[in-house]
Parts: sequence; C-alpha cells; structure tokens
Amino acid sequence: MTDENKKIDLNRRKFLLTATSVTGAIGVSAAGIPFVSSMLPSEKAKAAGAAVEVDVAGIKSGELKVSEWRGQPVWILNRSDAMIKKLDNNKELADPDLKVISQQPKYCQNKTRSIKSNLLVVVGICTHLGCAPSPKLSPKGDMGSEWEGGFFCPCHGSKFDLAGRVFKGSPAPTNLVVPPHKYINENTVLIGEDQEGVA
Amino acid sequence: MAKDSNTSSTGMLGWIDERFPLSSFIKNHLTGYYAPKNFNFWYFFGALALFVFVMQILTGIFLTMHYKPSAAEAFASVEYIMRDVSFGWLIRYMHSTGSSLFFVVIYLHMFRGLMYGSYRKPRELLWLFGVFIFLLLMAEAFFGYLLPWGQMSYWGAQVIVNLFTSVPFIGADLAEWVRGDYLVSDATLNRFFAFHVIALPLALAGLIFGHLIALHEVGSNNPDGIEIKDLKDKKTGIPLDGIPFHPYYTVKDLVGLSVFLIVFASIIFFAPEMGGYFLEANNFVPANPLVTPDHIAPVWYFTPFYSILRAVPPLFNSQFPGVAAMGLSVLIFFLVPWLDKSKVRSIRYKGALYKKWLSTFVISFIVLGYLGTVPSNIWGQFYNVIPIIGGKDVATIIARIFTITYFLFFILMPIYSSKDTTKPVPKRVRM
Repeated sequence: MTDENKKIDLNRRKFLLTATSVTGAIGVSAAGIPFVSSMLPSEKAKAAGAAVEVDVAGIKSGELKVSEWRGQPVWILNRSDAMIKKLDNNKELADPDLKVISQQPKYCQNKTRSIKSNLLVVVGICTHLGCAPSPKLSPKGDMGSEWEGGFFCPCHGSKFDLAGRVFKGSPAPTNLVVPPHKYINENTVLIGEDQEGVA
Repeated sequence: MAKDSNTSSTGMLGWIDERFPLSSFIKNHLTGYYAPKNFNFWYFFGALALFVFVMQILTGIFLTMHYKPSAAEAFASVEYIMRDVSFGWLIRYMHSTGSSLFFVVIYLHMFRGLMYGSYRKPRELLWLFGVFIFLLLMAEAFFGYLLPWGQMSYWGAQVIVNLFTSVPFIGADLAEWVRGDYLVSDATLNRFFAFHVIALPLALAGLIFGHLIALHEVGSNNPDGIEIKDLKDKKTGIPLDGIPFHPYYTVKDLVGLSVFLIVFASIIFFAPEMGGYFLEANNFVPANPLVTPDHIAPVWYFTPFYSILRAVPPLFNSQFPGVAAMGLSVLIFFLVPWLDKSKVRSIRYKGALYKKWLSTFVISFIVLGYLGTVPSNIWGQFYNVIPIIGGKDVATIIARIFTITYFLFFILMPIYSSKDTTKPVPKRVRM
C-alpha cells in the first residue's frame, strides 16, 4: 500500500484536475451561449424594428405628428419661424451646446437639432426613465407664465424645449434622442436609417 | 441496520424509519428542536412568511391555469379570471394581497433581526440567506407585476428595465437583452412570466431551505440576545431556557396565523385594492406603449428604494449614481453582521445611541416609502433664494435628507455601536 502511494505523481494529478476543470468550465460556458443568445431580440423583433417612412407634407406649421418606430413614439414637429427663434434663448438649458453627442447624429449637431431647420425629428421618450413626455407646444397655459413651449414629462417633471433640449433642474440627464433619419425625397423622411446605414 | 439510535419505532413507521429518516427528522427539527422560551410577538413573522410563500405558490398554480402570457391576451385573461372563472376573483385577490402582505411580514421579520441582533455571530450566514431571499423576492414581485399587462405594469417595467441602460458602456445592450426587444413587448412579458412562475420560485424555495437549515444549525436568537446553548441541563444536555418547537411554538404560531388570516381575509373581502396601494388604479387600463400615465409609482413595497433612486440627482450627464444608490440601499443589508460592533446583541441591552439610530432608520424608511408613492412636486417648491442642484421641489430635498440618514444608519454603525453604552446581559432569558 505504501509503495503504491509513493508511485502517485501528485503534479500529474494536479495538472489533470486543473485541465479537466478548465475544459469543463469552457464547455459549460459554451453551452450557456445559446441560452443567453435566445434572450436577445429575435429576427421577428428585429424585422419589426426596421426603418419606417413618414410623409411630412401634411404637417402644418406649428403642428406635431406622432409616428412609431420600434414601438417608440417619434415626434415630427414642424416648427414655425417664431418657434425656431425661441431656440436662441438657451440660458436655462442643461446642455445647450449638445456636448452629449450620443443624443443626436452628427448631421443634427446644430442649433435646431435637425436636418431641415423647421422639422424636428425626435424620439418622444424621456431620457430619465423612459416615460412619454407630453407636448406643451404653446407658451404659458397650464405650464406657468414663464413657459415658452416645449415638452413636459408627467412622471418626474422633466422639461424640454422645442428642440428636445433638457432644461436645468430636470431629473432627465440629457437631451431627447434624435434618431438616425434621412429624407428620401422632399416630403418623406425615413426614420431608423441614414447615410451611414441602418441603426 | 441503518436504524437511528434515537428512534425505535415498530410497524409502519418502523418500516419507513429503516429506509428514510422520518422519525429522526421530526425529532431533530420539531419535537426535539429546542427554541428559546421567551419568543415574543416579533417571532411570528418567519413562520408567517413561510405560510405566505406556500400560499403564493398554490394560488399561483391555479392562476397559471387561466392566465395567458401574451401581450395580446394577458390583460383580457386577467379580467377573465376576475369575472368568468369560478372563484377566480378570490384566487387572484389572494395572490395580489398575498404579495403585499409577504412584504409586510418580511419587513417586520427583518426589523426583528435588526432589533435583537439576530445577524450576529454565529448567525451571519443565516442573515445572508435572508437578504438573498429578500432580493429574489423583490425580483419575483417585479416580474409578477408586469403580468396583468396594465398601464402601471407596463410603464413600471419600462422604467425599471431602463435603469439598466444607465450602466456604463454595456447599458443599452443589456436592456435590450433583458427585454428581448427594443421596447417592453410580448417577448418581455413571456420571459417575465417564465421567471415569475418557475425560475425565481424554484430559487426561492432553495434559499428558504438553506435559511432554515442554517437556522436549525445555530438555533434561534431571542429577544434577550442570549445564547441558550451556553446553559444546558447537565444530565439531559437540553438548554435550560429552551422548549421544544413542537408542540409549544407550532401551537403559538397557529394563534399568530389566525390573527394574520383575519387581517388577510378582511383585506381580500373589503379592500382588495387597498385604496390603490395594493392594486393601482392605472393598472385597470390595458398597457399602451405610446401613452405614459400621468403619475408612475411602483407598488408600495418598492417605494422607499424608488425614492432613493429619484432623490439622487444625475451626475456627469448620467443617471447611474441614482441607480447605484438604489442598488446599494438594498445590498448594504448584506454588511450588517460586520458593521455592528456592539458588545451585546439585543436592543434590550444596547444604549440610547443605537435606539436613536434605529428609530432614524425606521423614520427614513417610512418617509421615503411615502414620498415614493407621490409626485415629487407634492409639497411645492422652494423659492429661488438658494441655488440647489437638480430641482427645487421640497419633497425631493426631504427625500435627499432621508436618503442620507438611511445610509448613515449603516455607514456609522461601526462607530455608534462600539461607542454606545450597554447594559449588563443576564445569564438567563427574561420572560
């Protein structure tokens, strides 16, 4: 018995134990991949999330059209000249210079946050916790005498201006998201796809 | 023979005992399991929590027979249960009221642990099992809340899943993975159903088993925080201050259970919605991804943590600090066994300092809980006299103060618990 014990190569045993455990762990992780992947958006969900075309011809000046992309409301606001003029007043904004670049594509990194200066295309979901803010486009009203028009989120009181820029003191940390979009002709905007490809 | 030396049964029981440790199990965990004789009112809630767990499983099974986990049918199938299924309303109200009462008994059970130092050595692992159960219970409740597919279900899930997007770098992908879609949808509902009815209940059952095994290994603490195993009868080895769990505590727990059932039945039959606290008004409207309800609030048992989330202002253009604070407010319970440096276990022998801090914590928890149920502008705004970061709402500022005191209870615990004056602990328990 003792002779046999001496013959045991402990290093070899340790090596085999480690090698088996590591191989086993790799195998288990590999087996986990299909299960983890199965929870990703399915092909059906991806197809439903494809880009959508919206006709913007019928939106009158100062009016808002709500379309749907990936189940999210996308606002298309045809701003009047007076509304565009108000965008110059940016003293109360948290990020007037659009420093958080993730909130809009490069081609909307401008004063009006849009491709065409009058047409704002923005995802109508609050950047705080994902509620849908209400359009409060006209000045004053139930928003108080200092309100110049914009959007108000009823959940936690975030306020945005007519370019979807967030006001200081709102729980929302960033401006509303401008989705990737492009105009395929004068009156039709494609939301979810731009020159650089599909979102 | 694999026969237990303690038991020598004959007949049917003897036949079983030779093959399965039935008699010895009953002896070890019921008739011969000695618990301190000075348990008070606070010791009902563990057994009650177990009762509610079993009841939730049972009512859940019957609800699953009629519920349809699809976005198109879920809301209508719940209404079908309420109106057309025989006694469906009763089973559903038992389940919805049960979830709220589960948190009531768990919160009281946890408070008991804090009061009597039930987390102190050698019961640290018992406490950790408990905190894990609490965490999973919150997840279980959250997943279950989406299933009725009402407006509050939908937007509550939307808000909570969106919390993941604030995780640096991987946030957006993580949220997409959790939802299985670009928004909370049919895919989300279906997987939440899977988590709610099988994954989490199974994990909970395992953890509860571990919690009980750990409890029976170290024995129960008691209101005096005295170790009854330190003083045993020399002949029998039975703790002098212990009594057998069965029949003494099984019978006592039946009294507690009766009182609990009176309360439970009163709610089910007279106020199943509990004024909007147990079942929120907005949840009687089917989920609509394009319209957010005017006021979103989680169910009452999440509101203290939700308040903490709202109270922390966004930093560096990210709401992650708030999410992190909310996570920490729950996870910090894991550390309690190592934060308490007091010489004594129970609040009975601790000094005024500990009592003050525990009261501060309870008040913070309740105020935060209340504020989480109401809009943040409920108490109006401060005038523009002092500049305050992130809003001027009075309620937000109050929530911030209580968020700080909530955390200070834990963070300062090593200091005040060691500095506190303590009273001498007697050898035997007091009745």
